[in-house]
Amino acid sequence: MASVCFYFQVHQPFRLRRYSIFDADHNYFDDYKNAEICRKVATKCYLPANQCILDMIRVHEGRFRCSYSLTGVVLDQFEAYCPEVIESFKRLADTGCVEFLAETYYHSLAFLFSRVEFEEQVALQQERIGRLFGQKSTVFRNTELIYNNDVAAAAHKLGYKAIIAEGADHLLGYRSPNFIYKAPSAPIAVLLKNYRLSDDIAFRFGNRSWAEWPLTAEKFAEWVNQVNGNGYAVNLFMDYETFGEHQWTETGIFEFLYHMPGEVMKISGDNNFKKPSEIVGAYQPSGEYDCPHLISWADTERDLSAWLGNAMQSNALQEAFALEGAVKTKGDPELLSDWRRLLTSDHFYYMCTKYFADGDVHKYFNPYESPYDSYINYMNVLDNVAARSRQSLAAPLNRPAR
Amino acid sequence: MNVFMLGWEFPPFISGGLGTACYGLTKAMSELGHHVIFVLPQPIAGTSSTHVTLKTPSVELAEAAYRAYTLKEFDNVEFRAVPSTLQPYTSPDTRFDEIHHTTQSVTSQDIVTSGGVKPTADTPTSILGTRTGSAAAGHYGGDMFAEAQRFAEIAVILARTEQFDVVHAHDWMTYPAGIAVARAMGKPLVVHVHSTEFDRSGEHVNQQIYDIEREGVHVADKAIAVSHFTRNLLLSRYAAPADRVEVVYNAIDNNGSDYELPPAIGNEEKLVLFLGRITMQKGPEYFLGAAKKVLEFEKNVRFVMAGTGDMTKRMIELAAELGIGHKVVFTGFLRGNDVARIFKMADLYVMPSVSEPFGIAPLEALSHDVPVLISKQSGVSEILSHVLKVDFWDVNEMANKIVAVLRHPPLQATLREHGNFEIQKLTWRDSAEACVGVYGQAIAARRKAR
Repeated sequence: MASVCFYFQVHQPFRLRRYSIFDADHNYFDDYKNAEICRKVATKCYLPANQCILDMIRVHEGRFRCSYSLTGVVLDQFEAYCPEVIESFKRLADTGCVEFLAETYYHSLAFLFSRVEFEEQVALQQERIGRLFGQKSTVFRNTELIYNNDVAAAAHKLGYKAIIAEGADHLLGYRSPNFIYKAPSAPIAVLLKNYRLSDDIAFRFGNRSWAEWPLTAEKFAEWVNQVNGNGYAVNLFMDYETFGEHQWTETGIFEFLYHMPGEVMKISGDNNFKKPSEIVGAYQPSGEYDCPHLISWADTERDLSAWLGNAMQSNALQEAFALEGAVKTKGDPELLSDWRRLLTSDHFYYMCTKYFADGDVHKYFNPYESPYDSYINYMNVLDNVAARSRQSLAAPLNRPAR
Repeated sequence: MNVFMLGWEFPPFISGGLGTACYGLTKAMSELGHHVIFVLPQPIAGTSSTHVTLKTPSVELAEAAYRAYTLKEFDNVEFRAVPSTLQPYTSPDTRFDEIHHTTQSVTSQDIVTSGGVKPTADTPTSILGTRTGSAAAGHYGGDMFAEAQRFAEIAVILARTEQFDVVHAHDWMTYPAGIAVARAMGKPLVVHVHSTEFDRSGEHVNQQIYDIEREGVHVADKAIAVSHFTRNLLLSRYAAPADRVEVVYNAIDNNGSDYELPPAIGNEEKLVLFLGRITMQKGPEYFLGAAKKVLEFEKNVRFVMAGTGDMTKRMIELAAELGIGHKVVFTGFLRGNDVARIFKMADLYVMPSVSEPFGIAPLEALSHDVPVLISKQSGVSEILSHVLKVDFWDVNEMANKIVAVLRHPPLQATLREHGNFEIQKLTWRDSAEACVGVYGQAIAARRKAR
């Protein structure tokens, strides 16, 4: 019996506008571009993909199940720029076949720099999810699947039954990611991403030079079925933008998504689809996943080097989190929200110099011409936030109209 | 491959990147085992240099008045220097005085061979006849063209005694010589475009120079542009045939940095460096415009303009007008160790060029561990990713980036680390191999045409 567990990551950062030393206002974010991108991705991905998932749930009469992790900042943007996406997620939630995971509201690296901020951000996101979808999450995922034993312990402390992590080869060794593991640091289950099968969909699906192209629903169902005998849960974790945005509609990705569950369940009546919380309820941990060092799901390194790989990144992160005390003491909700939006991991990803000269996936996601431009821009904004946090309450700055 | 190469400057007699490029290119070709005969108009002033070894007081001396010598590390390169006043980067205006000066001072004493043999006083004049004639007539502009023409005549005489497969001419002053030699000897011609009249003079081009450049790229079997920036210019402004223009980037001998520890932390001033000719092409006024704005944010910084040029005086005045005279230092032209020293002191090197076909200086800065800010209107920006880039006219953005480098040591460190690494893959060996590849295409094209 093989259970397929889908988790889709849904996130868009608040991108910064060009902010030079000559700027002094508090409008840091590129509202126009953020709206444009949000609407574009909604049209190409979120809306059609949600419809596809809804159809699948109906066609399979509730036997298709999946999960999402929605960041607070993407929900903020949906609300502002395309509220119909939130409505379509609500329709999915109403089926009972969809589960929402817990994560930091601002898709931040707060766990690494401030546990207080980390817990506040998780609480904020949970409050938002509860309000929108009437659910309380039982499974946690940290930003970019950044994970070690301490993250597991922190998630347990917050009351989560399970946590999601990358199934890294160097930690699994001969073992398979298709079992449930437990953390050595706390009684919490660990669901590991099957990165081969996940990346077959997320990265390789439309690649015509890939030996397995074209990937059909039948073929993929067979690969899933091969797990029988050595595992019971196939965890397919990926960015939701895979559908229609990273892999264009023309590649046939939506047809693949729509037909795959049927094929998986046809190949063997025992195969099924489960939400993460159901996986945890159905299977017992088979072993321990000991992860003393930090891992993530990014790049081939599966480490933190995409966000903390050079001096600029580490400087920007340190400087940003150093403002926490001043910003929170100030008690200005707008300042707090601006500062928190600056903690989103994407800002630091743009500063990554790894592979920069080669032009690859990093460049695809980068609104800046170079990592240096992104650092300079970020630091100019942060400088202004720092100045605001220092300003005495007696002389508040006027926020100019947008 | 045997190459008959025509240049107009060579270290140590250089005023810009062309000499550096010829040096790197010929040295790498020599190492690759190609034989190069390098002909250049020897500058009349300053002929004494320690690393130049005079080799043969050739028998043709009396006839052609050239000097032959070889350089250390250049086993396969022979040099032929022809006395001439041809100098790169001079505009007709500034040449007026020089020509007057040099025509007065040319004497047989300037032409000395290793054997200490002085040619008879009338030998050079028989060859220099046309030149003295036109100079006397006061056509200073025309005189430069006469020089190029005379260089061509001597080059042809030289070429008749040499064996070679291809003629390679560097920039417009050698194009007439290249064309003449190629025609006389029936060999393919490759012209190498290090800069064009549009880079040097903006829209106010000298028609005669333009015509020579245009003829060069059209007559040549192949043209080499130092960047796509320059290649595009050749296609759009000179109607050069696209299939005949190849891009070969310049490189750098990576020996600049000896990884000294940075100086101890003190309250020393930061230093932002402009190094290059102070001419319209190099955008010095944008550097000062940015300096003015930077000083509104950061007081503890000094701006250094190293170099000379026809805009030096105006820039000194402009600095005073902007009220930043006390923060701007003009050093004049720097050589050798002084260049290394100023790089060592610099926190940032800025090249705000308005139109830069390539730009070797940023590579030198990076090899000295100095972070670099360059204009997007430069060929070198096509191959560098770990540098800061701005449009030359965007003075605000230039200031924004300069301030960032001064304020944030991690930015400086990351630029330095990656930048120094990046230039290590730019080798003259690759450039030389690419040139040899172009020779092959030129020879093949010639054969096909027959």
